[in-house]
Amino acid sequence: MGAYFSEIFQGLWSLFVGLGITFKEFFKPVVTMPYPYETIEMPARYRGHVELIEDEEGKPKCIVCMACQRACPSDCITLDGEKPEGSKKKVLTSYQLDFTRCSLCGSCVEACNFDALTFSKEYNLASTRKEDFYFDLLKRLEDRNS
Amino acid sequence: MSLTLLNVIFAVVVAIAFAALNAAYLVWAERRGAGRIQRRPGPNINGPFGLFQPPLDGLKLMAKQLTIPGGADKILFVAAPVLSMFPAIMSFVTIPFSEMIVAHNMNVGLLMIFAFASSGSMALLFAGWSSRNKYAMMSAVRSVSQAVAYEIPMLITAITIVLMTGTMDLMEIVRQQGPSILHWNIFPLLTNSHNLLMPFSFLIFFTCTLAETNRAPFDLGEAESELVAGFHIEYGSMGFGLFFMAEYANIVIGSCLTTILFLGGWHPPLPFLGFIPGVVWFLLKIYILIATFIWIRWTFPRTTIYGLLNLSWKILIPISLFNLLLTAGLLKVF
Repeated sequence: MGAYFSEIFQGLWSLFVGLGITFKEFFKPVVTMPYPYETIEMPARYRGHVELIEDEEGKPKCIVCMACQRACPSDCITLDGEKPEGSKKKVLTSYQLDFTRCSLCGSCVEACNFDALTFSKEYNLASTRKEDFYFDLLKRLEDRNS
Repeated sequence: MSLTLLNVIFAVVVAIAFAALNAAYLVWAERRGAGRIQRRPGPNINGPFGLFQPPLDGLKLMAKQLTIPGGADKILFVAAPVLSMFPAIMSFVTIPFSEMIVAHNMNVGLLMIFAFASSGSMALLFAGWSSRNKYAMMSAVRSVSQAVAYEIPMLITAITIVLMTGTMDLMEIVRQQGPSILHWNIFPLLTNSHNLLMPFSFLIFFTCTLAETNRAPFDLGEAESELVAGFHIEYGSMGFGLFFMAEYANIVIGSCLTTILFLGGWHPPLPFLGFIPGVVWFLLKIYILIATFIWIRWTFPRTTIYGLLNLSWKILIPISLFNLLLTAGLLKVF
């Protein structure tokens, strides 16, 4: 008989404790983000696809050493460069990233000795077409600067 | 004669409008409340604070086609949503919102409300049966066994109140609970019975109201995880809309009844607050109760069917019977 009543009262008490918890939660601030209207800033270590870094003049820092292309385990990176007349350094002419095969391992960023590659903070990458994932990183850099 | 007819029409229009408006905006309140409890904003896109959400939802439901599943019992299928709505609207007729505002007071108002409330589970049974869907059928069976189990403690508690007040007239029940909080039936220290167990009766009645209106944590009739949506699984369009409105209208009726029986109806908690009109107090009390309904829904997980029936037969019914006997004894002594 005692167990019967103690069970009832303990059960009832636990219900009030639960109500207290939700009551407190009710007055706490909202933690969600109304996504398409507002977005959060990605953390510093977020790994999007790779992106070229520009120098002060807005040109890519890349010197076409091909280290990233060699480092890539999935053969995603194809880059090309040429030596303009009267210059000692090569200039990047195209940098194609095949994101369909990229596993975001970061070997290319690690391999780069000239601080020319980084991870982007891009995460809105949904598409129904495969072609949308062949990125021209040089063009992206120009778009960013213009 | 014509004035009486006008009265009736006016009462019906007001009752339907009140029920529909409450149903629409309680959905909004529920979703906003659920959002806040879960630390998210809830509907906030349509209009200020998402206030245009309910009419737009209604518009969307009305624009849809009402499909009747093959092999369904057509007459019952179409009748069930209407049947689920009408007890709620009928019950508004006899609920006194204040000394003045009552459509038609009758001396067996309490009995009438209970009679209509129990016919609500008939609508669920019709809906479940006529849908020709096993989930709907199971849900209907559950709802009926739940309604049977919870009507007993609810009625016993109501009888306790009838014993204390000596009447089934809702206005008279409220009148006897004036003028202060100590005369309310929840703490009847200054009335004739002095029963200190009445707060438990209030809890029992409130729990039974939750169960009778098929609200969480007793919403086994529409347990989504097992029964998809319960008895209204085959309903689309305004058929579903009517079930939805009936659920909220029933919540309003349940809150009104709890307020009338236990919380002193239109009486202010302290006599000097009497300058505020009674209807304000009444609405304040029912909306506090409704907020509690919503709060409970988003706090507790759904019980099991065994837990639900055990709670009723092993705990609520014995305690409410004991309280009935105690009240009868105390009334004899004092």
